[in-house]
Amino acid sequence: MSALAAYWRSTVGKKMVMAVTGLILFAYVFVHMLGNLQLYAGDGGKAINEYAAFLHSTRAAPLLWTARIVLFACVFLHVWAAIALTIQAWGARPVRYSKRHYREADYFARTMIWSGPIIGAFVVYHVLHLTLGRGGAPYEELHAYENVINGFNIPCVAIFYMVAVLMLMMHFRHGLWSWFQTLGWSHPAHDGARRCVANVLTAIVVIGDLSFPIAVLLKLVTLPGGAA
Amino acid sequence: MKLDPRIPSGPLEDKWTTRKNGVALVSPANKKKSTIIVVGTGLAGASAAASLGELGYTVKAFTYHDSARRAHSIAAQGGINAAKNYQNDGDSTYRLFYETLKGGDFRARESNVYRLAEVSNNIIDQCVAQGVPFARDYDGHLANRSFGGAQVSRTFYARGQTGQQLLLGAYSALSKNVGAGTVQLHHRKEMVDVVVVDGRARGIITRDLVTGELESHSGEAVLLATGGYSNVFYLSTNAKNCNVSANWRAYKRGAGFANPCYTQIHPTCIPVAGEYQSKLTLMSESLRNDGRVWVPSRAGDNRSPDQIPVSERDYYLERIYPSYGNLAPRDISSRAAKRMCDEGRGVGPGGRGVYLDLADSIKRLGHNVIEERYGNLIEMYERITGEDPYSVPMRIYPAVHYTMGGLWVDYDLMSSLPGLFVLGEANFSDHGANRLGASALMQGLADGYFVIPTTIGDYLANSKLPKVAADRPEFTEARQSSAAFIQKLLAVKGHRSVDSFHKALGLILWEHCGMGRTKESLTTAIAKVQALRAEFWADVRVPGEAADLNQEIEKAARVADYFEMGEVMCRDALLREESCGGHFREEHQTEEGEAKRDDVNFCHAAVWEYAGPDKEAIRNVEPLAFEVVHLAQRSYK
Amino acid sequence: MKLTLHIWRQKAHNDKGGFVRYTLADVTEHMSFLEMLDVLNEELVVKGEEPVHFEHDCREGICGCCGAVVNGEPHGPQKGTTLCQLHMRHFHDNDEIWIEPFRSKAFPILKDLIVDRGAFDRVIQAGGFIAVRTGSAPDANGITVSKEASDLAMDAAECIGCGACVAACPNGSASLFVSAKLSQLGLLPQGQPERMKRAIAMIRKAEEEGFGYCSNYGECEAVCPKRISIHHIARANCDYHKASFTVWQGTGGKAAR
Repeated sequence: MSALAAYWRSTVGKKMVMAVTGLILFAYVFVHMLGNLQLYAGDGGKAINEYAAFLHSTRAAPLLWTARIVLFACVFLHVWAAIALTIQAWGARPVRYSKRHYREADYFARTMIWSGPIIGAFVVYHVLHLTLGRGGAPYEELHAYENVINGFNIPCVAIFYMVAVLMLMMHFRHGLWSWFQTLGWSHPAHDGARRCVANVLTAIVVIGDLSFPIAVLLKLVTLPGGAA
Repeated sequence: MKLDPRIPSGPLEDKWTTRKNGVALVSPANKKKSTIIVVGTGLAGASAAASLGELGYTVKAFTYHDSARRAHSIAAQGGINAAKNYQNDGDSTYRLFYETLKGGDFRARESNVYRLAEVSNNIIDQCVAQGVPFARDYDGHLANRSFGGAQVSRTFYARGQTGQQLLLGAYSALSKNVGAGTVQLHHRKEMVDVVVVDGRARGIITRDLVTGELESHSGEAVLLATGGYSNVFYLSTNAKNCNVSANWRAYKRGAGFANPCYTQIHPTCIPVAGEYQSKLTLMSESLRNDGRVWVPSRAGDNRSPDQIPVSERDYYLERIYPSYGNLAPRDISSRAAKRMCDEGRGVGPGGRGVYLDLADSIKRLGHNVIEERYGNLIEMYERITGEDPYSVPMRIYPAVHYTMGGLWVDYDLMSSLPGLFVLGEANFSDHGANRLGASALMQGLADGYFVIPTTIGDYLANSKLPKVAADRPEFTEARQSSAAFIQKLLAVKGHRSVDSFHKALGLILWEHCGMGRTKESLTTAIAKVQALRAEFWADVRVPGEAADLNQEIEKAARVADYFEMGEVMCRDALLREESCGGHFREEHQTEEGEAKRDDVNFCHAAVWEYAGPDKEAIRNVEPLAFEVVHLAQRSYK
Repeated sequence: MKLTLHIWRQKAHNDKGGFVRYTLADVTEHMSFLEMLDVLNEELVVKGEEPVHFEHDCREGICGCCGAVVNGEPHGPQKGTTLCQLHMRHFHDNDEIWIEPFRSKAFPILKDLIVDRGAFDRVIQAGGFIAVRTGSAPDANGITVSKEASDLAMDAAECIGCGACVAACPNGSASLFVSAKLSQLGLLPQGQPERMKRAIAMIRKAEEEGFGYCSNYGECEAVCPKRISIHHIARANCDYHKASFTVWQGTGGKAAR
């Protein structure tokens, strides 16, 4: 067996794969959120729509497709590793405890395997909604601004989105902290900062992302014509 | 019984070298063909099995634990002595030798003790190389501390868990050999008999503690590293499973049992709290470095310790033994504590306790230094008693802790049964009538790492040892008698639990053969033990089956041996008409109440020989010759 | 105080097992948890019933023999404490206490509360040592070790091998146990030559034994009677990554074995 295959076969290797792919996915979500902040430009969607147009232009196509392939690969590896590890972990305790009291393993950490698929399901819907226009909401190609506002004005779309962002928070909060551990970034002098870094990064993404539907629902961001 | 100590001739300091140069060697090709059985995987057993495995012997090691890392060596807290003289405070091999011999009240063999001091330095080297994280100074060198009975700083330590770290070191060496296939390790197997073929120990019978099956194992030599017998007292600082059975069964097969009356009472244990007490917990003697021992000056003073002004406290160890103060040897400190309590000045529930007070050291060194030095001990004390030693003085009282007696061995660690070697606390060799602190770890590892690998080769090379198969009649006989013994225990079907008998036995021995012994108390004890033993065999209840994991059978078999052993212990104490070290006969004391030896009549080891069931054991004698040391009255004043 | 106990009784490995209810009328607060079980067993033996089997030895929290899950927590409710050092003053009159064995595929139950932790030994045998022949060691002070490294190594070395980390981990992972040994030896200069090989060997052996993976929950650290930190797991992970991609690991799994 080659060293690489042996590495992948081991749980620490798979955790490394999860950590690296997880970080890439986090970075994407972070950048995505930053881009979406253009929603607040106050220019009736000019900036964000131009940004969308740029991303879909032939000039940006290699970038876009590279990103899509990398993200898709990351999701695939992340999910594969997660499923393999979870099956192995379930096998490690065939008989469950009749009573269980956790001291440290919080709810977020213990539900990673469930917050993950919910986020996955949302991403599928999110792509159908805002990339392919099949989300059951009014959609017009390259009019991101209008699409977002029209989408979030449908309450169940907004709620699903917000639930998904909360799942992201649960997932990132443990995932980012876990990232340091799995990579082995530990030093007695700096260990205290690791939880803090994870929490701050999570908070930035979550606050940013949650603000969009809230802003729409509170009519802080509206269509140029004022029509809903 | 022939007792030839086989001490090499020549000057004391050359004896071990002479021996090493003189031993016959086993050729590498032949080592593989010799199977060595090692019983017990504590410090002595694990280090011996590992070292012999490395040498190329076929080693079969046995432990009744689930893992070789559990033996009670792990609980030793304080440290391990070595004559490294890293502190430049005048230490030397001779000094370590002399202090150990003197600490043992001149009842150990000069030659053995000198060898122990000699190899002590190699032990530290070996352990450091294995990755034992000994305490270090800021410059990265090894740190030392002083310990009871010594006037130099020669004790190496790893926080309060030195025994644990040394055992884990030996365990790692053993594990390496198990992984490499040079040692076959058998877990959860208790030795129940030694098999003798043509006058030599050639194997053992074990009981599989999970299935109850009795198995035969044959080999060229048998090593017992099976620890001491403190648990004969029921309440002791030993682990619950420590027992004398392996040694006792060997004794019944012809190995002499030496000095059973030498038991050590450790001065600093947590006092008994109630009826249900299952064991006693030791607070490392190292606490006496920074703790001051005191009782109220006035008998019956019930004030809480903070209400008693210094002028009304009696720091009795400092008062009586000014040069050693709180670091006076164990036996002396223990008896002093008992005297204080007998005078009615004891503290705590039942008045059986004295204070060990860290307050002055906390003031002098600060809370942090004390916490770094003793944090884990203090925490342990707090868990058990619910009191905080940083603000309230600890209460301590002596408890049985170690047994210097054990199977008699010659200079090569071979018992009077040829082919049976005994290592560590299980033998009698190095501590005389009293063991100094931080010496048990030293002896266990010296025996296992450095003595036995040399001396066993000599036995194997010089003996005619035709292969014996484990289906020989001697093995069958031993297996059958072990099975019958277990059946007999199960068949009693009485009304009392094994533990209740063990507690009763312990109480008899503690009261009549404990810290102070008299002719009268010992005679009483013998009669009481015999009566209780008869009751045990008539009324004990051992539930469950033989072919099962059955902890009651394990306990019952051990307690059955304790009854016999306890009686011999009392007999030994009765016939040793002197006081020495841990053996204190109240008839024989100086005017100040110290132990008074009788070097004319008792400068010997008493070796007990099994004479048959229900026959009185026979007392043999190995005279102790002192060539270098002048026998002095031990004084720590 | 009066207590109701629900204790897992299982005759043998293959037996199904189940909880049995016992009541104890007279428990003193100064008793240790195991002494409380002794009292129960005394009652059972006198009645001619088989006592509750549990593993124990030193009863001072260092041998690592004892351990059970008490009300859902390995070694019970007190932090940094083994079951034998847990005292009844942490319980109240009329409490109900649920006692069950450590549960892990790698720790098969032998009887009642006794499990077989042999998997830990096999992990150590795979590489948890510094290979040094008896008698060939240089002078102890020939190797200097900084106090900081030595103290950190000692923190890790305090592990008593009780298995509570495995019992507590939602994934049944042995990472804390494995990493404590890797960290101890990896922090010391003596442990350097075999450091990479050791990381691969021990971690893979633990997986082979059926322990789960580490999700960085931190539950192991929270129940560890010696409070061993999960930072050691990070250190071990780091070594494992490095070891997997360094030259002498070209032989892959073989070097590990």
